[in-house]
Amino acid sequence: MTAAVEVPPTPLPSADPVLQVRNLVKHFPVRGSGVTRRTVGEIHAVCDVSFDVARGETLGVVGESGCGKSTTGRAILNLQPATSGQVIYDGKDVTQLTGSALRVVRRDMQLVFQDPFASLNPRMTVNNLVGEPLVIHHIGESKQARRDVVAELLRTVGLNPEHGNRYAHEFSGGQRQRIGIARAIALEPKVLVLDEPVSALDVSIQAGVVNLLEDLQDRLGLSYVFIAHDLSVVRHIADRVAVMYLGRIVEVATRDALFERPAHPYTRALLSAIPIPDPRKERERRRIVLVGDVPSPAAPPSGCRFRTRCQVFRDDLNDDQRQLCIEQHPALEERGQGHPVSCHYADVERVV
Amino acid sequence: MTLTDSPGTAGTAAGVKPVLEVRDLSVSFPTDDGLVQAVRGVSYRLMPREVLGIVGESGSGKSVTSLAIMGLLPRTARIAGSACLGDQELIGAPYSTMQHLRGRRISMVFQDPISSLNPVYSIGWQLAEAVRAHHDVSKQAAADRAVDLLQLVGIPNAKERASNYPHEFSGGMRQRVVIAIAIANDPEVLIADEPTTALDVTVQAQILETLDLARRETNAAMVLITHDLGVVAGVADRVLVMYAGKPVETGTVDEIYYSSRMPYTLGLLASLPRLDDRKGGALRPIPGSPPSLLNLAPGCPFSPRCTYRGDVCDEQEPELLEVAPGGHRAACHFSDQLEQRREAPVLETDATLQEELA
Amino acid sequence: MTDVTVPKPDMIKADGPQRDVSSRDFTVRRRSQSALVLRRFLQHRLAVISLVVFLVLVLLSLFAETWWQYTSTTITDDLSQGPSLKHPMGTDSTGHDLLAKVLAGARVSVLVALLVAVLSTAFGTVFGALSGFYGGRADTLMMRFVDLILTVPSLAILITLGATIAGGGGDPIVIALILASLSWLQIARIIRGLFLSLREKEYVEAARCLGASNRRIIFRHLLPNAVGPIIVNATIVVAVAILAETALSFLGFGIKFPSTSLGLLVAEGQSAASTRPWLFYFPGLVIVLIALTINFVGDGLRDALDPQQNRVRA
Repeated sequence: MTAAVEVPPTPLPSADPVLQVRNLVKHFPVRGSGVTRRTVGEIHAVCDVSFDVARGETLGVVGESGCGKSTTGRAILNLQPATSGQVIYDGKDVTQLTGSALRVVRRDMQLVFQDPFASLNPRMTVNNLVGEPLVIHHIGESKQARRDVVAELLRTVGLNPEHGNRYAHEFSGGQRQRIGIARAIALEPKVLVLDEPVSALDVSIQAGVVNLLEDLQDRLGLSYVFIAHDLSVVRHIADRVAVMYLGRIVEVATRDALFERPAHPYTRALLSAIPIPDPRKERERRRIVLVGDVPSPAAPPSGCRFRTRCQVFRDDLNDDQRQLCIEQHPALEERGQGHPVSCHYADVERVV
Repeated sequence: MTLTDSPGTAGTAAGVKPVLEVRDLSVSFPTDDGLVQAVRGVSYRLMPREVLGIVGESGSGKSVTSLAIMGLLPRTARIAGSACLGDQELIGAPYSTMQHLRGRRISMVFQDPISSLNPVYSIGWQLAEAVRAHHDVSKQAAADRAVDLLQLVGIPNAKERASNYPHEFSGGMRQRVVIAIAIANDPEVLIADEPTTALDVTVQAQILETLDLARRETNAAMVLITHDLGVVAGVADRVLVMYAGKPVETGTVDEIYYSSRMPYTLGLLASLPRLDDRKGGALRPIPGSPPSLLNLAPGCPFSPRCTYRGDVCDEQEPELLEVAPGGHRAACHFSDQLEQRREAPVLETDATLQEELA
Repeated sequence: MTDVTVPKPDMIKADGPQRDVSSRDFTVRRRSQSALVLRRFLQHRLAVISLVVFLVLVLLSLFAETWWQYTSTTITDDLSQGPSLKHPMGTDSTGHDLLAKVLAGARVSVLVALLVAVLSTAFGTVFGALSGFYGGRADTLMMRFVDLILTVPSLAILITLGATIAGGGGDPIVIALILASLSWLQIARIIRGLFLSLREKEYVEAARCLGASNRRIIFRHLLPNAVGPIIVNATIVVAVAILAETALSFLGFGIKFPSTSLGLLVAEGQSAASTRPWLFYFPGLVIVLIALTINFVGDGLRDALDPQQNRVRA
């Protein structure tokens, strides 16, 4: 376990990677309803996902429900064991760790949950919630020392330490999310996986939590994997963005490249579908409305997984060109757009 | 608030009668801790074919208002005020009357398409049943109408799909079915309560288009309830912003988005991270949280979070008063000083601004 | 009364995240979990009355010697007398005061029932918790075992066990053990189901993510959230155990002379039900009273502990 793991190359390496994810695959078995509960199929939740996260960087992972973004986040932390692939942190493959070795890594990698109501134990006070990681990892000599750390953490996230004896249900959504963040940074982690941290919050509260996250990143030098479906928030917070569709990354780019020069038809449709709170712009916008819904990850389409809903496949390709989409999965690679994109006809769209 | 004083619309011209007129509607719930005043006096007029967007955060009373109009609140709710559908008063109407009106003259699309459909009946059957509930037609005619409706809301192979059950549909498709049921009897008013919140953005775009199509097809007026200022911007004609159970601003979409006169609306617009925003920098959150609707303190409920607040704000709750001709109203003591603020960073602690207002 | 106050202007204008700390932000009044439960329980009138009746009954029977002139073994000169001021429940043919006997019987019956509740709840909770938490093959094996025992007619087992183990003695503790050996099954099933759903909660995943051990997750996170159903089911076991003990003693396989219990008293009075009805009906009435009050208390507790019963949200 001590020997450093060899890291395979990736289409988009970072200069100073903290976390390296390579060929991550996660399948969930679909069991039959019989007595023996045989495995009758597999849900391909995450398929061959690779990326790097640099020190102090925020990588946005976006996509719609069922695209595997949350599963990716949990597989990175080994909360759900990966089917195959590697997650390399500090020279160790996290997917292979168990027991105390895993516990050591978890001091450095933490998760912030989407739902600030479900992720806090209703029977624990705020002091106990935020202090729990300290107790588990035997940090702080005495109860009083721990209490002081907790008070400092609460101040850091903008809560009053005097309210530490209250239960989570007494707080509003935004404050609960701050409690969850305080708990996540209690162990002074290096990497935070943020699973839709603001999407359950009211609009007027969201901005405050986003600002807090940015502030913490600056102060503590954290790296974020920011999982979200809301591209507006990602545009604001992320340095780089990976767009996922049906378990695969279809496009990775720096923030401005992705939002100003989206190359994959899915990214373009996603961007055009998001309403802008500006009536005049909204009236003028021409929307790419995708047909249908995301196909079942238990039986993904052959070749390019997006082809069943793709506007380019439907409108701009001839049958010969379509054949390629049906037969061959487009690799995630640089195709003249300046960043990796997983589409055979990424250049065709530029003209369209 | 008298009838003539109730928030009008640009189209309150003589002769055109509103299809739905809500006056001073208030709803409260007795709880363990006391009376929760969920809605504290909502008034609006919905003109024919108009789309009114009601915007607010959770707990602002936007959904409760509509449930009260539909007569769908639990018995424990205390409801006062009036809501007239044409000449028919809905508040306090007997159950049988409401049963007769719901689905025929006024219908509703809920956030969760799974729980609004019965899992043990086929989609076609449920649609036909909705038709037959209000029209004396043959089973065959109702079934045909059901297929037509499914086609209208964009369900492919409507004829075959009619025999499918709700669980065989995806979330977006289910919401289309719910919309089909809602418009089955050509209602005058369609209330859509967060119809796209549970859906993905690409599906949201489809559903918004479907709603628009359904509305135009039936000539219904629509109340669109949402927390998403982006959705409202694209769909609504007029907007009603709610905060702490009361409307705090109402006007046309452009008035609300470009010349708001209410600090809450301004703050909300300024706090949004935007897709079309190229520059970074910190977002501008509204400090604090919405107030508890239990034992609400006197004065303006937004004042603790407001950078414009003066002494009067803690004493007196501002009324929703006209700030510009044509129906733009705002509930703020300082609304006249907010002119031309647009999307300016009003909620920054700006010393000069504070002085200016003092 | 409440924490809802209008913050001072300086709190608002303060810069930075401290803005959030004004106590006005609390949506719910400050109140501990237990105070909430107590408050809701007190609102359940029938449960409160039942609890009082049950406690009075227990206290009366525990301290019978201090307030009632006869004991269950005193023999008076009044033979086979109906209820009177001197003997409120009458006497039997040997001159025992029935009230004294009922008090003594209730003492034993309640003791047995409480013992059964404690034993079976403790064992059933541990069994169900382990089964539900670990799931998989262990869970299947453990639950099939429970199902197996449940398929066997329980009265037959009780009688067999009562006849063999308890032998001639009819020791209340042995009887309690016999009854507990069957009544933990229901609790195990309920707790297992609860743990199956609780272990999927996000806060459990959060604890796991922090590196918490299974032991910590079970005892710090799952059990406290299962306390409600555990208490409610324990009360149900008390009521069921009272009735089971009655049945067993009635059939002659439970508590035996010289010890006594309500079931034994009913059995003795049964033959005289038509001629001296008080001998049969008074003990029977007390059994019904105890079973009923405990059921109502259980109802009240369930309502009070149910988190779904929260205040209406706007």
